[in-house]
Amino acid sequence: MNMSISEIEHEIIEEFGVFENWVDKYDYLIDLGKSIPKINPIYKTDENTISGCQSQVWLHAKCENSVIVFTADSDAIMTKGIVALLIRVLSNQKPEKILDAKLDFIAKIGLEEQLSQTRATGLSSMIKQMKIYAFAFKEKL
Amino acid sequence: MSNKNNIQSLFPILKSSVNNNKLVYLDNAATTQKPNSVIAEINKFYLKENSNIHRGVHHLSQVATKKYENSRLVTQNFINARHSHEIIFTKGTTDSINLLASSFGQLLKKGDEIIISEMEHHSNMVPWQMCCERSGAKLKIIPCNKIGELDLDMFNQLISNKTKIVSVTHISNSLGTINPIRKIIEISHQKNVQVIIDGAQAAAHVKLDMQKLDADFYCFSAHKLYGPTGVGVLYGKENLLNLLPPYQGGGEMIKDVSLLKTTYADLPHKFEAGTPNIAGVIAFKKSLDFITETGLGNIKTHEDKLLDYATEKLNSIKGLKIIGTSSDKSAIISFIIQDIHHYDLGLLLDKMGVAIRTGHHCTQPIMKKFKISGTSRISFAYYNTIEEIDHLILAINKAIKMLS
Repeated sequence: MNMSISEIEHEIIEEFGVFENWVDKYDYLIDLGKSIPKINPIYKTDENTISGCQSQVWLHAKCENSVIVFTADSDAIMTKGIVALLIRVLSNQKPEKILDAKLDFIAKIGLEEQLSQTRATGLSSMIKQMKIYAFAFKEKL
Repeated sequence: MSNKNNIQSLFPILKSSVNNNKLVYLDNAATTQKPNSVIAEINKFYLKENSNIHRGVHHLSQVATKKYENSRLVTQNFINARHSHEIIFTKGTTDSINLLASSFGQLLKKGDEIIISEMEHHSNMVPWQMCCERSGAKLKIIPCNKIGELDLDMFNQLISNKTKIVSVTHISNSLGTINPIRKIIEISHQKNVQVIIDGAQAAAHVKLDMQKLDADFYCFSAHKLYGPTGVGVLYGKENLLNLLPPYQGGGEMIKDVSLLKTTYADLPHKFEAGTPNIAGVIAFKKSLDFITETGLGNIKTHEDKLLDYATEKLNSIKGLKIIGTSSDKSAIISFIIQDIHHYDLGLLLDKMGVAIRTGHHCTQPIMKKFKISGTSRISFAYYNTIEEIDHLILAINKAIKMLS
């Protein structure tokens, strides 16, 4: 049985809770960025690109056994770290659960500034795009 | 360096902490911080002097008008323009260039040509592209070489009797190159072509003398000269400004209005439609006073020292490459570090209290030329110190360690 979105969010908040300073937190984020499952290069297309002013994100989605599997990548490692967290939370979940997800864990682990820089990273657009995929697959199922 | 601490004390924001570190502000090419005198003047205006200018007969309007027009005189002196009415107040450099592109556009026709350079800020590129779309004129581009210098041989080949305007930047905002604008103006004037200089990155760093330089138009922004945002200057030679049609219609720019026909006011009001940023223009005088009292010679000497010191220190970092290495540079250094994204570096430096700029710096064509998506850029003002550069270098080394 998969963990639910809120269970995973809770787990991440606990993980980040142990860091006493920003260096440890960002080191962890960098590690997450490095360990993100590689997106198949054939999906790194213009169509799958979410452009930000500074960094960009590639996002691919497919529907398997009524859950959505996301893979993604970014050219900046910090962005990639957050991308890894978003995938951990939203991948392998049912479309309707993805649509309902509030994703407030990002604020709770003190990384909301990464999302508010909408023009900079493309992360906000990435979340939007993940929900659009969820909506589209929900209609299909 | 103790003298420098005194300078920093004039800028209250420089005492701030960012993420528990003392702020090291190295994003001065984007905007400079403001001294107490400028902040106090803005306050004073709204506390005691606020009124609309030029038309009022009452006391406050006269005070505001006098101070507003005094800023024009001080600006005239600052750049040694021949007449005060050659100073048009705008919203900023971008606004000044848009004014020119829009008004010139009405005088251009198919077959005419405009020359800009490859290293222009989008603000001195997009308005001309729009102008060309409207008028049918053609845009020609002066390329630059590998170290970020304009190719003047190509410029000589591009300029012809079809050329109507040359618009180039005095100092590149992404490379730091100081362009040979005197030479460009000389070549252009031999062909009777008018020259516009984008001085956004220059006016706070090099002494300007419009009568010596002989530029036809020169644009800059107050906020990059320790002044308020929302105030810009368009300098233009009197006879040329008289030839240009107005940009925007409205109050202040008219002489006489009937329902079907309006005659326009004389310079400079012809180009200043609507209520301007009165407080900003008045406080701008205080920032010009600050620069004049400090002395542009002293500013240049200090900033050159920072530039040399930072260049040497940065070059000693393994994998770091400076983009833009002309021998004639202003206080701007753009660089990339092997295998490190500029966004990641900017984010980590911010955590250590160091404010730099990352990205393409609104100069996408030049980034494509160097085959990079962006750079990290540091840029200095008079209040920056050698100690701050040392802190920057430590912070960069720490970030590199975290990221690799």
